[in-house]
Amino acid sequence: MLNVVDLYGEQIVQRARKPLFAGVTEKATGTAQGSNPMCGDRVKLSLRATDACIAEIRHQTRGCAICMASADLMAQTVVGQSPAKALELAARFSNMLENGSTEEEAHESAVLPPALEVFLPLKSHRSRVRCATLPWTALGEALTQ
Amino acid sequence: MNMAPHDTLTRADLSHLRAQFPILSEKVHGKPLVFLDSAASAQKPDVVIDAMSTMMRTQYANIHRGLHWMSERATEAYESARTRVGEFLGASSREEIVFTRNSTEAINLVAYSFGSLLKPGQAVLISEMEHHANLVPWQMLRDRVGIELRVAPITDTGDLDLEAYGRLLSDGKVALVAITHMSNVLGTVTPAEQLVAMAHDAGAKILLDGSQAVVHRKVNVAELGADFYTFTGHKLYGPTGIGVLWARRELLDAMPPFLGGGDMISSVTFEASTWAPVPAKFEAGTPAIVEAVGLGTAIDWVENIGFEAIGAHEATLTAHALKVLPDVPGLNIVGRPKERGGVVSFTMDDVHPHDIATLLDRNGIAVRAGHHCAEPLMRRLELTATARASFGVYTTQAEIDVLAQTLTRIRSFFV
Repeated sequence: MLNVVDLYGEQIVQRARKPLFAGVTEKATGTAQGSNPMCGDRVKLSLRATDACIAEIRHQTRGCAICMASADLMAQTVVGQSPAKALELAARFSNMLENGSTEEEAHESAVLPPALEVFLPLKSHRSRVRCATLPWTALGEALTQ
Repeated sequence: MNMAPHDTLTRADLSHLRAQFPILSEKVHGKPLVFLDSAASAQKPDVVIDAMSTMMRTQYANIHRGLHWMSERATEAYESARTRVGEFLGASSREEIVFTRNSTEAINLVAYSFGSLLKPGQAVLISEMEHHANLVPWQMLRDRVGIELRVAPITDTGDLDLEAYGRLLSDGKVALVAITHMSNVLGTVTPAEQLVAMAHDAGAKILLDGSQAVVHRKVNVAELGADFYTFTGHKLYGPTGIGVLWARRELLDAMPPFLGGGDMISSVTFEASTWAPVPAKFEAGTPAIVEAVGLGTAIDWVENIGFEAIGAHEATLTAHALKVLPDVPGLNIVGRPKERGGVVSFTMDDVHPHDIATLLDRNGIAVRAGHHCAEPLMRRLELTATARASFGVYTTQAEIDVLAQTLTRIRSFFV
């Protein structure tokens, strides 16, 4: 039997297989590309936003399941949010995975929207954290151009 | 038990060999370790671990300078490791062996030192399948000295394109060819004798990066006719931190030092210094004494098994992998070179190599995934990454079967 990692929950596998936010945003106000030279993962983001709201966000991701699912769930999470809120979320997401607040702490302070909790097991897969944070790094760039 | 060298490894030999690697009885995520990442770094047998530990416990001091018993014993041990490496490579003298940190440092030494003798208008020729270690130092030399860096292409099967190699040599401007003896990604064993002959006919010297090759086959630098040969200890069942540059004596004599410091000088004043004879000229500072002894022991251990047996065992494993892996749905073997060593790279449709590696790891199987420090090669193959299984003397066919079965399950998990 295959010993499947907690990391590869159904949500991640589903989104990697069939992303809902793949593509290119028409009349984009911001674009960015993030790449990880260690593994060749690449995320191209395009979004249309005002100061008040990210109206649309799409990604073209070439990478592993974690990176693909992270880009897709990120898009789902930040669409409709203000750029400021999205940037704050980006910082929290990266901080949680890289600096590893515990899962309990994460729940207690409700730091992350539920859709992103599927990435919490990454804390015990240090070598894969960058796969999940790459789209968020690109988001930061696309929003601060 | 000493194994008399013979031409293959029996099941009993293999089981005896495996028992000498303490790490192979470790479990990973509750599963027996299946270690298929020996091309990145091989595991260490007891004899190597013991030799290093014994030296540190009973016979350790700095070398070449102490006037006391411990220093003399340590110097003897370090210098006998040099002798041992010289014999191992078929060097014409032990002075042709320079200890470095690893193969990367050995290549950098040549790029810096031999490279400083090159002039604009001359060229260095590498191949499309080089590890970054045999690429970046030459780019740095190009930028420093103004030489041209040429790249010999590979064919779609993953062999060196010999016609193109010949063409790139034909104008006589190539001063040095620097090429792998065995690709760490494709497993390709390059036709070293032919490459050497063609380089020499064109008036070029040739360096062979033997990091992968020395592990799998008997290398004799005299028979190869090469000018420089490099390898690293940790892939040869030895420790990290010790690598080897072999070069022809007259080349080493003509080359300026690489690093300056203690041990590499003959005399020093504030105005000027003169250099020690080779190999000390290239070994500034306290070297990796214990690691050199570990490497000498690893070489003894490998030669006791014998390269005929090692080669036959790895050829059987590779043939087995090339037979069972293509049966995994969606799996593509990367490269089908004419002659290859125990390294098999692959991709799987719909599953990224990093997901493959993480899920294999959860099942106790260690492979490498990524660009394998060969980004230009990945680009040539139109890939961003591959997964790679690589075999050591301790690898079994059963482990390759476990790999294939687990890959089949991973594929059905994702598709």
